[in-house]
Amino acid sequence: MPDPHISVTLVNELNLLAAGLFLLATFGLVATRQVLDCVALFAGQSVLLAASAALLGHEAASDHLYAVAAITIVAKALLIPWLLRRTASEAVVARREISQVLNIPTSLLIALGLSILAYFLAAPLRAAAPAGQVGVNLPIGLAALLIGAFTVTVRREALPQVLGLLSMENGAFFAGVAIAPDLPLFAELAAAFDVLVIALVMGLLTRKLQERAGSTSVADLTDLREE
Amino acid sequence: MVLWFILILPLIAAGLALSPSRHRTVPGGVTVLATALQLLLALAVAGRCASGATVTALPAWLSCDAFGALVLVLCAFAGFTAALFSIGFTRRATQPMEAGRVRRYFVRFNLFLAPVLAVPLFSNVALVWIAVALTTLLSIFLVSFDRSTAALEAAWKYAILTSMGAALALFGVLVLYWAMRQGGAEDFTWSGLAAAAGAMPPLLVKTAFLFMLVGYGTKAALVPFHSWLPDVYSQAPVPICALLSVVETTTLPYVIVRLLPLFPGKAGDGAGRWLLAFGLLSAMGAALLLVQVKDLKRLFAYSTIENAGIILAAAGLGGAAGYGSLYQLVNHALAKPFGFFAAGAALLFAGTTEIAAVQGLGRRSPLAGAALLAGALAVTGAPPFALFLSELSILQGGAVDHRFLPVALLTLCMVGAFCAVLYHVTRMVFGKATASGPVPAFPRSYALALFVAFVPVVLLGVSLPAPVEHLLRLAATALAR
Repeated sequence: MPDPHISVTLVNELNLLAAGLFLLATFGLVATRQVLDCVALFAGQSVLLAASAALLGHEAASDHLYAVAAITIVAKALLIPWLLRRTASEAVVARREISQVLNIPTSLLIALGLSILAYFLAAPLRAAAPAGQVGVNLPIGLAALLIGAFTVTVRREALPQVLGLLSMENGAFFAGVAIAPDLPLFAELAAAFDVLVIALVMGLLTRKLQERAGSTSVADLTDLREE
Repeated sequence: MVLWFILILPLIAAGLALSPSRHRTVPGGVTVLATALQLLLALAVAGRCASGATVTALPAWLSCDAFGALVLVLCAFAGFTAALFSIGFTRRATQPMEAGRVRRYFVRFNLFLAPVLAVPLFSNVALVWIAVALTTLLSIFLVSFDRSTAALEAAWKYAILTSMGAALALFGVLVLYWAMRQGGAEDFTWSGLAAAAGAMPPLLVKTAFLFMLVGYGTKAALVPFHSWLPDVYSQAPVPICALLSVVETTTLPYVIVRLLPLFPGKAGDGAGRWLLAFGLLSAMGAALLLVQVKDLKRLFAYSTIENAGIILAAAGLGGAAGYGSLYQLVNHALAKPFGFFAAGAALLFAGTTEIAAVQGLGRRSPLAGAALLAGALAVTGAPPFALFLSELSILQGGAVDHRFLPVALLTLCMVGAFCAVLYHVTRMVFGKATASGPVPAFPRSYALALFVAFVPVVLLGVSLPAPVEHLLRLAATALAR
């Protein structure tokens, strides 16, 4: 069924591909148990975000979006994985997560449900303001936002929780490159700075958890439960 | 120019506190001086805003109006008193050899203040979001100052939950930008948005509002997103509790309430209803949870949630209660640090924050006992203190507008919280002393912080000075819709 909101050109096709792969990477973050693979998936997701920004920039002939793509590559695809590996110790990064709140098939089914929900939530919004690639980027970005939140809640290991958090931000920006393409560049830079601080602070906190609690399993943190 | 100074001062102070010195008092002294200077500058800005002017340093990026000035002064004042208290706190919480730890504490303290003071000064809504996100990130290691795993657990919960909220709010900010562009406006500032309110697609504005309400609401610890707050306050150092409490009940209501003018006419009622619902739920939930509290710092933590709820509910009522909402915001931000400092003093003499384990605090240290009792009365809005007047003004305002059900529910929360807090605190203050051993001397910096924090609570409880009332009236126009 052709969607009237999506016009078919090569750039649009490529953006659709990037969006599909972006969602796939987000699903991957739910299902992957190897911490190192999660970091790689996040880097891949960030590259796809940058790709979508560059494609939309090409379509609108906007240097601004090219700059956003460059910022995303440097901050999220390169610096954050490096920071996380540097701050969290080897033992954390190499860990394979055994305990999980929900098994992988159930998690994936819920993630699927969330993407369908995101599609229906986004539908009236893009009808309210139809514009270009919004039809692709808004539902996918919203889906990544929701799935990221879900990842944070089901993960029991510190670093995957952080990656879920960062993928939420990626989701918001994936929608952002379509709905707010001319957001002041200074704000984009500041936002990149913000995610870097997240990675640094949470990475250091993970290291402290490892040192003091001897584990980075968030499930073991139950001292503060109120009776 | 003065706005730039306020922004840069915490960073300079952090740099100075970092300088390695053999004297342990240097970082604390630098911090107290810097926060005192910030407070003076903030008061100067407020003075200019009270005449109805907007202080602008960089159009569309950095400016301050009456509402912003109110939040600025409150945060600067809390920063100053918390810095005073921190001097005595760090001396007691660390070993003589741990000068580095004290230094790190004050460096982080100053770094934390920078985004806090930036929230009311930034006018670009995207930058405000970043400042709010940074207030969490830069306070994480202050929360985990105590080296226990419990403190780390609290810091982790705090970081994860409020950052999730920040991501949701980010989506809201981006949708709001979209709505603004659809409305044909250029200026992504609070005033620019309010000017474009009529032209923006209502559905987009409402979506943005809800995402930002839930996102920022998580950081403001609205029920049901509040679970991290009592854990954090039970673990964080006392001065940090005081500061966090003020930040959460001033800057977050500020960024949420600033969205109200985006709903012109009838739509404002819809947005107001959401605020009212979340506010009432928070106030009632916190009032109920206050009954079962077993820890003194958690007691004040739930009181913070309750007050955040009252502030937002009153803002949602609008009309005459809208003024009361900001009045409550001011009075709570002045009273809560005093409450936490009193709890800190009580902890020093009782040796524990467990409520059931402490009795007869007043016999062991009359000053600490009196302070705790006064703190409990001040934060729950008992008559001689300022919160009583603002709570009354909210209830009156709601009754004038014939909103009797919310008024009745709010009254119930206020009375319930009062009884619960007083029940717990009187058990600690009166009776036979449980703790034994030599009574420590009352630290001078504790006494000074308590005194400085106490003065405005009492003064504003007697009457509202004309300049403050003028500033409040001007700020309340920001809620008009």
